[in-house]
Amino acid sequence: MFSAIRSAARVRALPPLGIAKTSFISFRLAPGYRTLVTTRYTQEHEAVAFDDATGVGTVSITDHAQESLGDVVFVELPAIGSRVGKGDQIGAVESVKAASDIYAPVSGEVLEVNERLNDEPGLLNRSPQNDGWLCKIKLANPSEMEALLTAEGYKEVCDS
Amino acid sequence: MVPFAGYAMPLSYGSVGQVASHNHVRTSAGLFDVGHMVQSNFRGVTAAAFLEWLTPSSLKSLSPYSSALSVILNENGGIIDDTVITKHSDDAFYVVTNAGRRDRDLAWFRQKLEEWNSGEQAKDGKVEHEVLEDWGLVALQGPQAAEYLQKSTSFDLAKLTFGKSAYVTIGGFTLHVARGGYTGEDGFEISIPPSQTVDVVQLLSQSPVQLAGLGARDSLRLEAGMCLYGNDLDEDTSPVEAGLSWVIGKDRKESGNFIGADSLRKHLKDGPPRRRVGLVVEGAPARQGAQIFAPSGKDMIGKVTSGIPSPTLNKNIAMGYVLSGWHKKGTEVEVDVRNKLRKAVVTPMPFIKPNYWRG
Repeated sequence: MFSAIRSAARVRALPPLGIAKTSFISFRLAPGYRTLVTTRYTQEHEAVAFDDATGVGTVSITDHAQESLGDVVFVELPAIGSRVGKGDQIGAVESVKAASDIYAPVSGEVLEVNERLNDEPGLLNRSPQNDGWLCKIKLANPSEMEALLTAEGYKEVCDS
Repeated sequence: MVPFAGYAMPLSYGSVGQVASHNHVRTSAGLFDVGHMVQSNFRGVTAAAFLEWLTPSSLKSLSPYSSALSVILNENGGIIDDTVITKHSDDAFYVVTNAGRRDRDLAWFRQKLEEWNSGEQAKDGKVEHEVLEDWGLVALQGPQAAEYLQKSTSFDLAKLTFGKSAYVTIGGFTLHVARGGYTGEDGFEISIPPSQTVDVVQLLSQSPVQLAGLGARDSLRLEAGMCLYGNDLDEDTSPVEAGLSWVIGKDRKESGNFIGADSLRKHLKDGPPRRRVGLVVEGAPARQGAQIFAPSGKDMIGKVTSGIPSPTLNKNIAMGYVLSGWHKKGTEVEVDVRNKLRKAVVTPMPFIKPNYWRG
């Protein structure tokens, strides 16, 4: 099964992402074609899952981040259509304890935000990288993904 | 665990989140370990007069086994610390001060005791100060606290009303119990000799009581409109600005001779330049340091000193200082959170209705 995935990956014309073999790679079935989703991380505990078929990255906070924040009670999201530069503050996640700024892990245009979080901020604790995603950014420069941390690199940041 | 006043303290215990812990104290009972706070005894024939020199409280007229919230003032009338003073008799007082102010307070006490004891005021007797090092202090708080504690004692707790204290035998240990706390709920603060602390905590932390950490302590006290020293009070703030004029004894406002009296009287007479207010903020919670503006956003009129999304009210609450004139309830202001101005309304505190046992 793993060799099948590898060969599937090879037949796609991959953008020069420099995906290491150790990167977290998953496949999602979309109508009619397969897409490659790569997840990378920032030192600030954001994750971005980049779909190379659409050029869109889904931004979330990591499980480690939600755990240290505690119960999330408020999420401030960026405006749809806004253009953000890598490192710009695009929102915030607030627990009773503290506010934690969210920085854009990549540059691009905000296509979509997770409106469910307005009513259900607790999704961020229950499912930070799936149901609790924050926003989708159309990457201006997909090669920015390369500069982000791999799952292993991020784990080292958390452990240190 | 987080560093706090030189101690490593838990924000929460186990898997109970801050909000769940907060709600548990509001609806049932929680036990806070506040053993980091500094417990002291002041004894001596002139102890009441000494403490009336250090604070603007009326302690001579306070009845025995009653507590008073008070402030220790510097020469300019600024707050060195806030404190709860319990009178046992005219010559014996039990005083609890903040851990974060330990060094400043103890040095101040030492210096002022020397002045006092070497002066004319102490001719009838000197004052001695004893710090209860390593003593335990726990706060059992919540609407079910009394019912729970009653199971371990034959003392009729219904007679121990808010602000009173007594030596109560709990599970075989005779302990100083003061009715009150820092949550806005009914509750007890229990002082425990070092060798008994673990046993007493075990006795007091059975179901339905949950251990509660610093996180819940902060959100509970803020909903109750209570100040946190270092956030909401400091040495550049007078008790009049802080909305704590009520701690000044009636008989002491005009003529009381205490440290900082002149500046305090000036604030009382002319009105303070700024005042502590409660705020309800729309949109995002405003935190410590957030700037408060007049509507239109041009003129800065103050700063937030504490702020949270309130777990009980589901609103963003805050306290802070605004220029006098902007302090009246219902006044609309704006607060800068992440470079965006958010509407806020000056709101009376406490934000929740306190639930004290007054008999």
